[in-house]
Amino acid sequence: MRPFGYQRAASTRAAVEAVGAGDGAVFLGGGTNLVDLMRLGVATPHTLVDVTRIAPATIEETAGGGLLVGGGVRNGELAAHPLVRRRYPVLSQAVLAGASGQIRNMATVGGNLLQRTRCSYFQDVTKPCNKRQPGSGCPAREGDHRNLAIIGHSESCVATQPSDMAVALAALGATVHVEGPGGPRAVPMPGLHRLPGDQPQRDTVLGPGDLITAVELPPLPLAARSRYRKVRDRASFSFAVVSVAAALEVAGGVVRDCRIALGAVAHVPWRAETAEAALRGAEATEAEFTRAAELELAGARPLPGNAYKVPLARNLLVRVLTDLAEAP
Amino acid sequence: MNGEANTIRGDAAAPAPITSDLRLSVNKDVHPITVDTRETLLDTLRERLDLTGSKKGCDHGQCGACTVLVDGRRVKSCLTLTVTVDDREITTIEGLAGGDSPHPLQEAFIEYDAFQCGYCTPGQLCSAVGMLAEAQDGWPSAVSEGDGPVVLDEEEIRERMSGNLCRCGAYPNIVEAIRRVAP
Ligand SMILES: Cc1cc2nc3c(=O)[nH]c(=O)nc-3n(C[C@H](O)[C@H](O)[C@H](O)COP(=O)(O)OP(=O)(O)OC[C@H]3O[C@@H](n4cnc5c(N)ncnc54)[C@H](O)[C@@H]3O)c2cc1C
Ligand code: SF4
Ligand code: FES
Ligand code: FES
Repeated sequence: MRPFGYQRAASTRAAVEAVGAGDGAVFLGGGTNLVDLMRLGVATPHTLVDVTRIAPATIEETAGGGLLVGGGVRNGELAAHPLVRRRYPVLSQAVLAGASGQIRNMATVGGNLLQRTRCSYFQDVTKPCNKRQPGSGCPAREGDHRNLAIIGHSESCVATQPSDMAVALAALGATVHVEGPGGPRAVPMPGLHRLPGDQPQRDTVLGPGDLITAVELPPLPLAARSRYRKVRDRASFSFAVVSVAAALEVAGGVVRDCRIALGAVAHVPWRAETAEAALRGAEATEAEFTRAAELELAGARPLPGNAYKVPLARNLLVRVLTDLAEAP
Repeated sequence: MNGEANTIRGDAAAPAPITSDLRLSVNKDVHPITVDTRETLLDTLRERLDLTGSKKGCDHGQCGACTVLVDGRRVKSCLTLTVTVDDREITTIEGLAGGDSPHPLQEAFIEYDAFQCGYCTPGQLCSAVGMLAEAQDGWPSAVSEGDGPVVLDEEEIRERMSGNLCRCGAYPNIVEAIRRVAP
């Protein structure tokens, strides 16, 4: 690992200024992704600005019945919070489906959102990779892409965004509060992450010095009936192969409203707006859920090694929606 | 930590290490120590403080052999930079026992034969201590249903302990030992 300086920022402003100068300083949250990438030589910051003492670590109710989750809240605390569990079960379940108890105690909300792809070429500095080294090529396209994107990818990159939590936040339409060199701003989810296009080195719309200070969950009564389901290679402690976050409101056998996002299928947590539109006003039946899922996935362009993900995503979505419709 | 890290200037080609003077609290002993900012808590414990109970399995957060408690919560010491925890209380496997009497989980691991080679055991034990505290605080797991109190049955223990791998496959006895100690 290259030597680096370490600072504990005294304030949000000081942290933003230290990293915003753009000379190789980066924020440090729980370090569960960054420290690993530094050890692998993928990240080579010259200074770490530890924000765990300043990024708020509180969860507060907002006026309208939503929640404001501080960017420094640890993943384990978030998943266990009684109001999160009651009002947004999909979020608690998504966080608990990720990583392990130890890692969730370290990982912060801000760091979780900005964790980098698990594409094996990205993590291996002896290999080319457009995301790590723009213009060097993308070996995943011809090589191992079994768990990479099936939708929204580009010639230059087929990586997926690995966060489970982000999938739930995309479904819920959360707002990410950012303090940057130009002042504070709000970024709606989905919309924090971006499709790779010809700039796969940029995972999100954030720039240097943009600090995630909080995530705001909107008041959303239908989210009380929501769930997260994740398919993976082993029963626990493994990244998603495909995941679904969904909330469903049914009245008189008809879908009144819904929110759906798919995970591990794209460079972003994939908000399934086509399926949502197809379902509003439709009968809450397996046939309709299948129709909506197929409409959503009509745009999928799988690679030879990951075509299995298309029927997997469809079936998982149908199963989650059916379970939600049948739940008491 | 006393403000900014010290910078030691060396030859320009190879960037010189940057160090920091800390007072590290481990198992209630305070250790004044100068660390390279790159040092992980696992390396500091093992190589500098001679606390070799915590093990290095993977060094990537994937196996749990390095699990210790920081302010009572279980974490992976291989992904924790030592400079980040100077204001925390660290507990390692060496600090679990109370004086001469082993921790109840340590006794249960012996009684139920919850290890073979023993390499993963310190991490399993520290993780189990942290896990029991989480359950006590009402924290759910991925397999919990409803919001009632946590009942640590086999399925719950397996899920909550999934961050600790055992190459010898001593899982059935590990689960049994923890179950005997769980309320
Ligand atoms: C073995 C293993 C298994 C895992 N399994 C899963 C899984 O199944 N599902 C899953 O979702 N995740 C999984 N993870 C990933 C884990 O969830 C992330 O590493 C973690 O959430 C990152 O949070 P952190 O606070 O540790 O971030 P850090 O590692 O500290 O930082 C990550 C990035 O975010 C930046 N950053 C940190 N805080 C802020 C902030 N407030 N504002 C702006 N930028 C910031 C950092 O500069 C860095 O670029 C796993 C990790 C490991 C090691
Ligand atoms: S898919 Fe993206 S991250 Fe993976 S090798 Fe290609 S460019 Fe790199
Ligand atoms: S050595 Fe830390 S998790 Fe494996
Ligand atoms: S007892 Fe050998 S690794 Fe667990």
